[in-house]
Amino acid sequence: MSLPAAQGGPEGSPLLTIRGLRTYFYTESGVAKAVDGVDLDIAQGEVLGLVGESGSGKSVTALSILRLIPDPPGRIVAGEILYKGRDLLQLSWDDIREIRGNEISMVFQEPMTSLNPVFTIGMQVMEVIQAHQRVSKREAHARAVEILTEVGIPDPEQRMKQYPHHFSGGQRQRVMIAIALVLNPSLLIADEPTTALDVTIQAQILDLMLEMKERRAGASILLITHNLAVVAETCDRVAVMYGGKIQEVASIDALFDAPFHPYTHGLLGSIPSVDGKKAHRLTVIPGSVPDIYHLPVGCKFVTRCPYAFEPCPDIEPPLIEDAPGHWVRCHLYPHGGTPAVPPPAK
Amino acid sequence: MSGDVLLDVQNLVVRFPVFGGILLRRVGEVEAVKGISFQLQRGETLGLVGESGCGKTTVGRAIINILRAMSYRVEISGRVLYHHASGVVDLAPLSRTQMRPYRADIQMVFQDPYSSLNPRKTVDQIVGEPLRIHTKMSRGERAERVRWLLEKVGLSARHVNRYPHEFSGGQRQRIGIARALATNPKIVIADEPVSALDVSVQAQVINLMQDLQQEFGLSYIFIAHDLSVVRHISNRIAVMSWGDIVEIGPAEEIYQHPQHQYSKTLLAAAPRPDPAFNRARRRS
Repeated sequence: MSLPAAQGGPEGSPLLTIRGLRTYFYTESGVAKAVDGVDLDIAQGEVLGLVGESGSGKSVTALSILRLIPDPPGRIVAGEILYKGRDLLQLSWDDIREIRGNEISMVFQEPMTSLNPVFTIGMQVMEVIQAHQRVSKREAHARAVEILTEVGIPDPEQRMKQYPHHFSGGQRQRVMIAIALVLNPSLLIADEPTTALDVTIQAQILDLMLEMKERRAGASILLITHNLAVVAETCDRVAVMYGGKIQEVASIDALFDAPFHPYTHGLLGSIPSVDGKKAHRLTVIPGSVPDIYHLPVGCKFVTRCPYAFEPCPDIEPPLIEDAPGHWVRCHLYPHGGTPAVPPPAK
Repeated sequence: MSGDVLLDVQNLVVRFPVFGGILLRRVGEVEAVKGISFQLQRGETLGLVGESGCGKTTVGRAIINILRAMSYRVEISGRVLYHHASGVVDLAPLSRTQMRPYRADIQMVFQDPYSSLNPRKTVDQIVGEPLRIHTKMSRGERAERVRWLLEKVGLSARHVNRYPHEFSGGQRQRIGIARALATNPKIVIADEPVSALDVSVQAQVINLMQDLQQEFGLSYIFIAHDLSVVRHISNRIAVMSWGDIVEIGPAEEIYQHPQHQYSKTLLAAAPRPDPAFNRARRRS
């Protein structure tokens, strides 16, 4: 398989390279192609946002990286995920377990359900340390205290004896971040880490994640969210997913100032603003997210795209680099080509 | 201004008793709403914002007077004065039966379009139910009106015999809106009506609510935690914290010049889809 050129990040060669990833779910209703040919690079030291609506495949992409897809019904049917030169999809179960936590770790959306209610916080933080490293209980305890202090849990020695229900939602998410980072992984995958939280707590948790990353030289974050404002707040680059495919990749400045893809345009137009002039009416993307079992053959966005023309329903456009570092999957590009309709104006 | 008042909430207090011990005796209480007052004008949208647990949902439920049915021995005091055609009535002390004549005028749209529609009923039954209860319409008239309502909220009248699971989240919320509008209400209380929807669908439902407000002269109490959505739809905004309204005023006034420290904190924390703005803010 020929590899498309690297999408490029702020510096150096990518930490993680995903090529042609396809993860399908075989269910009674048919085959759900949740991830259907994803190409994505995560550079060393960057914060990459992966944005999409429900069913776009963003979470399944993340779970595929750590091989956490429940099988059955799910299966990674094609692709490669290169991490520091090794293909994660070819590793044995023992090897992938070494990667999890040590090299790549994950924070999930629900701080209520991702901690075990019947074990103390201390046991849950220490478990990760002891499962991956040969250390004494005393040392594991010391490390747990250290990391909980770092994520801003006051009086960690005492709090470690308590159970998850003693912690607020924001504190639980701090604990989850502590568990994810205690082994100093190079890549943190955060799947909607603040969606369940209030805005003031959300801001604190996002700040904490960035702060923790800064203290770990070269560490990267893959932030999965449906919220473009959260991306603008935290990320360096962003990839927009729709219908199981990456539709656009760019630096956040390029994406928010001059998005290429009609879908990105629609998304940005449909968010009301907190500051500045109040829009009289929101622009709207007509229709709704297509049924995962019956995705369009060509461009996945064709059913809702105001700019669709002849090739769109039948031919899937390739992901092309139309400006340096700015990739788009749309028949309107390359700019200067001959699309039947003018590209969307800003 | 007072000539246009539709709803006048005065010193509303809601206390939920807490029961404990083996005998489940009353051991304490939670004061969820601590004596708030505000007015809703005819045709306006009043946004109610605040973080989880601030009491915004309880206020909505107290106004529509369903708290007693939902919560054992809840204590409600204060007045909810509803100005209707034939005079002013205090809704707060009314029983279920006494409330019934006014219930058609005040309707509710709920957050979760999945659990707020009965999965065993067809769209026809769901949207037609308020008509069955509150009007003397014949079966034929009801069917006619349900079709008309569905078209109004942007669904096809052909969908009347379908069940909720056959619709997407956004479409389900449209069904919930059609049901709320069935009895020609004056006031619609919308509790987080778009927060469960996908970003691209949220805008559709917000625009729809604004169109319907124009067409039918509705007054909205729009309860939400998303500051950008509330600003977009509201004429006036009340910011709630710990059961109290800490600040109330014209939407633009509150967003441009928040007075209360809590409003300032809340607005500062809201993420902006604007990388340059965020960088500038981080530097300062």
